[in-house]
Amino acid sequence: MSRAGGDQVAALETPLATVPQSSVPPAPRPAAVRPVLDIRGLSISYRTRDGDVRAVSGVDLALMPGEIVGLAGESGSGKSTLAYGSCRLLRPPAVITAGAVNYRGRRVGPEGVSVLEQSPAQLRALRWREIAIVFQSAMNALNPVLRIEDQLFDVIDAHLSVSRDEKLERASSLLDLVGIARNRLKSYPHELSGGMRQRVMIAMALAVDPEVVIMDEPTTALDVVVQREILSQIVELKERLGFSVLFITHDLSLLLEVANRIAIMYAGQLVELGTSVRVHRYPAHPYTRGLLNSFPSLHGPRRELAGIPGSPPDLRNLPPGCSFVPRCGFATDACRNIDMRLAPVEGELDPDHLSACPFVLPDSQSASTIPDGAK
Amino acid sequence: MSGELRSAAESCGPLVLEAVALQRDYRLGHGRRAPVLSAVRNVSFGLYRRGVVALVGESGSGKSTVARLLAGQEQLTSGAVRLDGMEVRLRHRKTFRTYKHDVQMVFQDPFASLNSVHTVRYHLERPIRIQRGTKGRAAIEEEATRLLSEVELTPPEQFLTKYPHELSGGQRQRVAIARAIAARPRVLLADEPISMLDVSIRLDILRLLDGLREHLELAMLYITHDIASARYVADETLVMYAGEIVERGPSEDVTQQPAHPYTQLLVASAPDPDALGGSLRMGSRVVAGQTGSALSTVVGCRFSPRCPFADEQCRREVPPPVRIGEQRVAACWHLELAAPHVVRDGAGADSSPVSTEFNKNLG
Repeated sequence: MSRAGGDQVAALETPLATVPQSSVPPAPRPAAVRPVLDIRGLSISYRTRDGDVRAVSGVDLALMPGEIVGLAGESGSGKSTLAYGSCRLLRPPAVITAGAVNYRGRRVGPEGVSVLEQSPAQLRALRWREIAIVFQSAMNALNPVLRIEDQLFDVIDAHLSVSRDEKLERASSLLDLVGIARNRLKSYPHELSGGMRQRVMIAMALAVDPEVVIMDEPTTALDVVVQREILSQIVELKERLGFSVLFITHDLSLLLEVANRIAIMYAGQLVELGTSVRVHRYPAHPYTRGLLNSFPSLHGPRRELAGIPGSPPDLRNLPPGCSFVPRCGFATDACRNIDMRLAPVEGELDPDHLSACPFVLPDSQSASTIPDGAK
Repeated sequence: MSGELRSAAESCGPLVLEAVALQRDYRLGHGRRAPVLSAVRNVSFGLYRRGVVALVGESGSGKSTVARLLAGQEQLTSGAVRLDGMEVRLRHRKTFRTYKHDVQMVFQDPFASLNSVHTVRYHLERPIRIQRGTKGRAAIEEEATRLLSEVELTPPEQFLTKYPHELSGGQRQRVAIARAIAARPRVLLADEPISMLDVSIRLDILRLLDGLREHLELAMLYITHDIASARYVADETLVMYAGEIVERGPSEDVTQQPAHPYTQLLVASAPDPDALGGSLRMGSRVVAGQTGSALSTVVGCRFSPRCPFADEQCRREVPPPVRIGEQRVAACWHLELAAPHVVRDGAGADSSPVSTEFNKNLG
C-alpha cells in the first residue's frame, strides 16, 4: 500500500455516462462557499451472479472546505463503498451505475473536475495529491518489509519532483506533524505501536498536501486513550492545514465529537444529514435515534439503552419504500410507499437538517437525555 | 474502613472462582540478566454467582493475560486459582478437564475463534459430547438446537448447518457464546466480547450475556477497554495498568468518581457526545505518553511517567493500595491531590466530576 494511489489500487476503468449539469438539483448552500467534493446521486452496485447488490443508491453528499463530515452506519451499510467509489477506488464487480462526483480544489480551477470522467492518468494525478485516504486498519495498510521513510518517499516521489534532501526534510516534518520522533523514519512498521502506525498512515495521507482526506475507521482498532489522542490530532491538523475530512465510522459517539456535520447511512442510502449538534439533540430519523440509544454513556445519568432490534436488510432484495421498516418502531403502512429522499425536517429551525423519514419528527425528549444546561 | 475489602459483586451470590495474587512473568531473552516482564502482578479478585466483575485497561495492560490464567491457558508464575475454595492445579490434565466444565471463555474475535472449515453443529457438538458426556445423535442434536435458541439464533435448525463465513460478526459471537455455555459452566470469562462488533450489535450481545448470567446463574468476568460499557454491565470494576490493579470498586463509583489518575484518564478519554467536540477543539490534549511498561526494571509507580501528579516518591516507591471506602481501593501516593473529594467522603456522596479537574491539572 506504499504506492498510495499507485498501480495497486486498480481504477474503475469503465467510463460513465455524463449526467447533464442541468439535471442536478441546486446545492442547498449559498454559492459563495462551494463544496470541495460534491457527490450527486451516486449509485454503486456489486454485480453478482445472484443479482445486483445495490450498495449505494442515489447518495448526495457535499464536503465543504475545511469541514469534517462524519459518515456513520452499520457494517454493510455502504459507507466505505461510497467513499471509495467517489474516488474510483473500486474494482469490478463494483460498478458505478449513476451519479456525478465533482472535485473543486484550489489547484484544479474554479469549475473543478468530474472525478468519474477522468482518464486513468488523470486519476493518478488526482488521487493522493488532491484526495488522500487513511485506510482502515493501519496494521495491514503499511508495507511490513519497507522502512517508514521509504514508504513516505514513495508517496512524495509519485506526485512531486523534489531532491533527496527536500524529500527527507518533508518526510521528517511529516512525522513531526503527527508527533512521532524523526529517528523513527528508519523504523519498520512492526517496530511501531498500533497508535504510531495509525499516525504514520495519517502522515502519509498528508504527505503531498491534499485538500480532501477520507478517513475510513481510523481509530477502530485502538484503545480509548490512543483514540482520543489521534482524534484531537486530526482536528488540530485540520485546523492548521485546512483540509476537509470525510470521516467514516460505525461509532456515532465519536462522530458527535469530531464532525461538523453528520450523515447517517442505512442500506446504501443517507437517512439523515445535519450538523452534529442538531443530529445529537434533535435526531429525526428512527434509525439515528436507535444508534444514539445504543451506546452506553459514561457521563451523565445512566439511561435505558434501547438499541436497534433486527439486522441490516439484504441489499439484493430491499423492501419497497423505506428500507428501515422491518426494524422501525414507528413503521406504518404508509412507510412502504414512500420514496426514500432527504428532505428538510419539518419544524426544524435549521433548514440544512435533512431526514429521509417524513413521518417521524424530532422529539427532544425521546432519544436524548441531555440536561437543559448542556451546551 | 477496616478489615477485609468487600467486593461490590459479593452481594450477588456466593464466591465461585477466586484469583489469589496471580502473577505471570515473561523472561525476555535468555540468561539470568534478561529483563523480566511481569504481565500480571499480584492480581486478586473473586467472581461471585450472578455477579459481573469488569477488568478495564488499555492494550497491553495484562487484562487478557488474567483471563488466560484463569482459563488455564497460561501458566501461573505464582499465585493460585481457587474454585469453590479449593485450589485448582491446572497443570494436571485431568483436573484441567474437570475445571473446564465449570469455567468457559468467550474470545474477542469471533472471526478467529471459530474454525472456518467446520459447521456450527460441529462447534457445539464437541463440548456437548466431551464436557457433558451426552451420547446419542438425537440427544446431541436436540441440545445443540436448544443452545442456539438460547443465544437467540432462530430458527436453530437453519444455523446448525452453516459455516462461520456464512454468518455475520454478531451471529458468530452468538455461536461462540453458545459453545461456551454448552458445557453448562458456572463461570464465564468474556474477553472483550463486543469490541470487534458493530456499535448497533454490541448492545444485543451485552443484553444476551446479561440474560444468560441471570438465567444460568453465571459468575462473569467481563474484560473490556471501554469503561463506559463496564458501567452498564458490571457490579464491580477493576482498573488495570501495566499488569497491576490500580483501582477497584463498585462500577458506578469508579466510573463517576474515578480516584486513581489513570482511571481519570480513561474516563476523560471516553467519547462524550454531550461535549460535542468541546474537549477536542479547545486544544486540551488529554495526554501524551506511551503505554505503561510492565518491565521489572521499572521502579516506583508504573503510571508515574504519564501522571500529572507524579513526584519523586512516585518514581521511587511502588504505591500501596489505599482503602477509600468499604468496597474501594486505589493504589496511588497522591489520592488526596488526585481525587480530594473521594478521599474526603469515603465512598463518596459528592458528585462533582473529576474528569474536568484532571484536564485542568494537565492544562
